[in-house]
Amino acid sequence: MRAANDTMYQVRQWSVRNARLLEWLYDHFEGLLLALHPLWLWLGYDRVEGPIRQLECRIKSLLFDCCMCGDCVLGKTGMSCPMNCPKELRNGPCGGVHETGYCEIEPDMRCVWVDAVEGAARMRDSSGLQVIQPPLAQSHRGASSWLREVREKRDRRFFGNGT
Amino acid sequence: MHLDDQAVPSTALSVQPGYSSSGRLERVLRAGSFAVTTEIAPPDSADSAEVYRRAGIFDGWVDAINATDGSGANCHMSSVGVCSLLTRKGYATVMQVSCRDRNRIAIQGDVLGAAAMGVSSILCLTGDGVQAGDQPDAKPVFDFDCMSLLQTVAAMRDRSELMSGRPLTVPPKVFIGAAANPFAPPLDYRPLRLQKKIEAGAQFVQTQYCFDLERLTWYMRQARDLGLDERCFILVGVGPLASARTAAWLRDNVPGVHIPDAIIKRLLEANDQKEEGIRICVEMIQAIREIEGVHGVHVMAYRQEHRIPDIIGASGVLAGRVPWYPGCTEISPQ
Repeated sequence: MRAANDTMYQVRQWSVRNARLLEWLYDHFEGLLLALHPLWLWLGYDRVEGPIRQLECRIKSLLFDCCMCGDCVLGKTGMSCPMNCPKELRNGPCGGVHETGYCEIEPDMRCVWVDAVEGAARMRDSSGLQVIQPPLAQSHRGASSWLREVREKRDRRFFGNGT
Repeated sequence: MHLDDQAVPSTALSVQPGYSSSGRLERVLRAGSFAVTTEIAPPDSADSAEVYRRAGIFDGWVDAINATDGSGANCHMSSVGVCSLLTRKGYATVMQVSCRDRNRIAIQGDVLGAAAMGVSSILCLTGDGVQAGDQPDAKPVFDFDCMSLLQTVAAMRDRSELMSGRPLTVPPKVFIGAAANPFAPPLDYRPLRLQKKIEAGAQFVQTQYCFDLERLTWYMRQARDLGLDERCFILVGVGPLASARTAAWLRDNVPGVHIPDAIIKRLLEANDQKEEGIRICVEMIQAIREIEGVHGVHVMAYRQEHRIPDIIGASGVLAGRVPWYPGCTEISPQ
């Protein structure tokens, strides 16, 4: 089985088991990134994109088998990355999940959404599963999700969200 | 069922106030009848006569015919093609759209084209993985997933715009459906997944094959508790198993099909396994009909299509109703 000899996969499973901890960590980390907004602005978002993307890629590939889709939804999927689903389903499990909870396409891998449901149950806010995700913007692939989120959150705070 | 504005082949019914489509399936469901749908096996050929021959088997027994979209990731005549032929004769079709083979640009175009041809119901599916079919080296697209597809089709219809916001002069008036699998893990999450599909725009669902009433009963209880049966028409999938061997093969090779051992045992012990399969299917339909919140059945009889009249007839679920078909002269009370 994949789980027995694949360290990447085991770390990924650890992340789901510790979804609550990671949720807490990310909340604080995002606060820090947001607080540093003036610095990013001064340095120029385009200039910091490279190094931050590198850092994000290293950390997230280790923890989540991340492939830098550029539009991270881990906080809504119980810290189980939906891009590891062979169909890249971002809105829940397909109907082909094996009786054992394993994937129909990669029989050695647990369905990422079976993991997501378990991970989400451990988190403070598990409502993310029900949020309908739009199709992935292909132009975001490879870009830093952290920076984009910080920029968007900052803009929303600055300009208001229209409500 | 007789409709006041009964269609002659190739002319569309009108869209009733409060309805989404001009489709017969939506009318039957909203009238409170127990609906019966089936699916046509699209031919591996460019022969229109074959499509009509296969559809004709169901005449008088079903309210709508699903046209599958490369089911099992095998290439057959497209669902757009099958629907374009069937709608010419006035058949009520459910056009299946899978996210596996086309991106958002192609799919939105197909939805417009289909609605223009008279397709009044669209079933939004994620689709089987390419590895399941006869051309496993194909590129899996999955640009949309069923959820974002549902949302996009609903926006096209209700807001008259494409995903980009570009306006449509005439929106596609379609009744929007989705698939559901109450029988696959994570079982606890499945009712919530249905809820999410309804939020995304699903007005009816057709489920995977049901061979396990216990699981279905649990699922329906959850669905009722969430009030889902009042926001969405639920059609449960059923089908005859040709033999114990077929059943075991289906269970082991078709992702998402759950068949309890008891069913396989019952087939094994039967003198005539094929007939036993039909009997199980009929009993299943009758039992499903009794479950509160179920609005119909979706009968999938792959390679046993000719038995559909026997199955539906024996189940008695039409209660004397004769669904319209081309050339139909019989008028049954509504």
